[in-house]
Amino acid sequence: MSGRDMSGREAILGKLRVAAGGGSADAARQEAVEKRLARPPRGLIPARGQLEGEARIALFCQMAEAVTATVARVRKADDVPRAVTHYLRARNLAPRVRMGADRRLKAMNWSAQKSLEIGHGPAAPQDEVGVSHAFAGVAETGTVALVSGKDNPTTVNFVPENHIIIVDAKDIAGDLESVISRLRRKYGRGEMPRVLNLVTGPSRSGDIEQTMLLGAHGPRALHLIVVDG
Amino acid sequence: MEVSSPQFKQKSRKALADEQLQRAMGKAKAGFIGKRRKAVDALPEFEALRSSARAIKDHTLAHLDLYLEAYERKVIASGGRVHWAETAEDACQAVLDICRAVGARTVTKGKSMITEEIALNDFLEKNDIRPVETDLGEYIIQLRGEHPSHIIGPALHLNKEQVEEDFRRVHDKLPAGRDLSQPESLLGEAREILRPQYFAADVGITGANFLVAETGTSIIVTNEGNGDLTQTLPRVHIVVASIEKVVPTLEDASQILRVLARSATGQDTSVYTTLSTGPRRPGDPDGPEEYHVVLLDNGRSSMLGTEFHEMLRCIRCGACMNHCPVYHAVGGHAYGWVYPGPMGAVLTPSLVGVEKSGHLPNASTFCGRCESVCPMQIPLPRMMRHWREREFERGLNPATQRFGLGLWAFFARRPRLYRLATSLTIPALSGLGRRTGWFRSLPLAGGWTRHHDLPAPEARTFMQQWRDRDTRKQEGGVA
Ligand code: SF4
Repeated sequence: MSGRDMSGREAILGKLRVAAGGGSADAARQEAVEKRLARPPRGLIPARGQLEGEARIALFCQMAEAVTATVARVRKADDVPRAVTHYLRARNLAPRVRMGADRRLKAMNWSAQKSLEIGHGPAAPQDEVGVSHAFAGVAETGTVALVSGKDNPTTVNFVPENHIIIVDAKDIAGDLESVISRLRRKYGRGEMPRVLNLVTGPSRSGDIEQTMLLGAHGPRALHLIVVDG
Repeated sequence: MEVSSPQFKQKSRKALADEQLQRAMGKAKAGFIGKRRKAVDALPEFEALRSSARAIKDHTLAHLDLYLEAYERKVIASGGRVHWAETAEDACQAVLDICRAVGARTVTKGKSMITEEIALNDFLEKNDIRPVETDLGEYIIQLRGEHPSHIIGPALHLNKEQVEEDFRRVHDKLPAGRDLSQPESLLGEAREILRPQYFAADVGITGANFLVAETGTSIIVTNEGNGDLTQTLPRVHIVVASIEKVVPTLEDASQILRVLARSATGQDTSVYTTLSTGPRRPGDPDGPEEYHVVLLDNGRSSMLGTEFHEMLRCIRCGACMNHCPVYHAVGGHAYGWVYPGPMGAVLTPSLVGVEKSGHLPNASTFCGRCESVCPMQIPLPRMMRHWREREFERGLNPATQRFGLGLWAFFARRPRLYRLATSLTIPALSGLGRRTGWFRSLPLAGGWTRHHDLPAPEARTFMQQWRDRDTRKQEGGVA
């Protein structure tokens, strides 16, 4: 930390401490903060997403479609490569996709799709289609959660014009808070993946005359493949 | 950005006569109000979530020093760096130092009101670094050399024909005969032009909607995806955020997110909510190698514990301006600084000084809608009144009460505004004045009723009565 940072830090924190009462009740304040950080209150969870089983998955699909994502459902993971080829054909896209080395994606039977070319690693400007595997889904809003990591490049989620995201039905939660609990279990308390992307529909902008248009800087099209089994 | 708030009245007069602006504002108003209403009606828990969101911020502000320290510890632990900036100059300098250290020539920028507040673009340009705005609205106004007229819709004041003109002027390498008549083609062109910039930039700068103390995470919320490209592709990511953006936990951020997009654009949630924690990790195939947070105070710490304390709950959703008859009438530029509308009328004097902000606190019909839609339940009208009282006490403006009345009359004379403003306030006022038929003090307008008694209005406005009379006539009732 440079000298300027240091003096700025002390000056700002000093003013905040004075405003907070000048240290008199500091132990109590400290305790309140530690308690909240150690045991985060869950807050108020809307009833909308609090469904079980098929009803929850159906809500997820319905909410995603409401924000102009398209959704396909397949029975098992091995049906995914065919569903991807099918989507590319229906959209008149070249049979080429970019994806990370996520083990769930790798375990799928891609070689059966003879004409499909797969590039691994981060996305580049010429990539037209990115394929990612979601960490979780949120039924309340039709959102998918993607985490970055050595097998999951973030660029795949934003650079290509078309984004296909695979979601396991069992990973679809009712609300974001449940996804946060799962993150905590996986990464540890107070820890996060470098990036958590919450994606709800394809990219859009309303900056010209308030008209919502799809395909601003991120993907123009978002296709979700929900794997039931 | 220079403060030109004292010219509010002159600018307003000009804005009211600007037909193009009036058309754009008419569209904006209709869009924002209806969309928010629909989203709010679809969530029965919305009001309860507002209270929850407010409680979270109140708790955070009461422990702000401690949460900032906790946040800083986590940022450092995840490999990031925190730069504390007391003033706008300190923040600009911190950004410049980081840029210089990596020899940056071009920086891309996601939408950020804080960097508008510290006038970062001007500062970088003066130091030979080219800032490129990537949010579509920000890009458009950067081409025009303007400032945002709305905190979430920077180019709200423009029509598509104006954007087309700018694109033809600036993108002069593209074929002159191309069709740019539709918003789609304008968006497509901006996308193509900006794409290589993301890859070429050395540094990406974003703001933050939240900072999370629990994890050292910064959160940005966008619809376009420009913020994500901005922070993922360059070698360095700088987050510029003010100190009141911190929340304790991820759950707390989630609570507030539920009211943010609904209040702002009427979406249940924005397209991209991105949580970033530190730089690229070992084995990561992409992402920035350096992650910096510039934490800005710029006058906020002095608001704590004052009558403007509650303004620090603001999450910059824009709902207060979207529902403000004065904002609809004059647009954002009339307010003369970065933050327009009711939140600007309170914040501008707090941040730049009441002596520089002229009559902004009077830029209100005191209809109370801003407070009724603010997701953080900020008592904006009460705070504007506080400013008026301070102005008056300090003798800054000997004509305060006269001006207050003048501005009221100025807006009341415009029938469209008058209708809007009165339909909400009159029922309340008539209740108060009933006993005597006269008020000595008008709620939320104490600055001038202190010196003027006003006749209590009838419960229905003249226009409503006129309409009712018409309806009765049609139904064959009494005239
Ligand atoms: S004052 Fe309230 S309504 Fe206005 S921008 Fe801030 S949070 Fe939104």
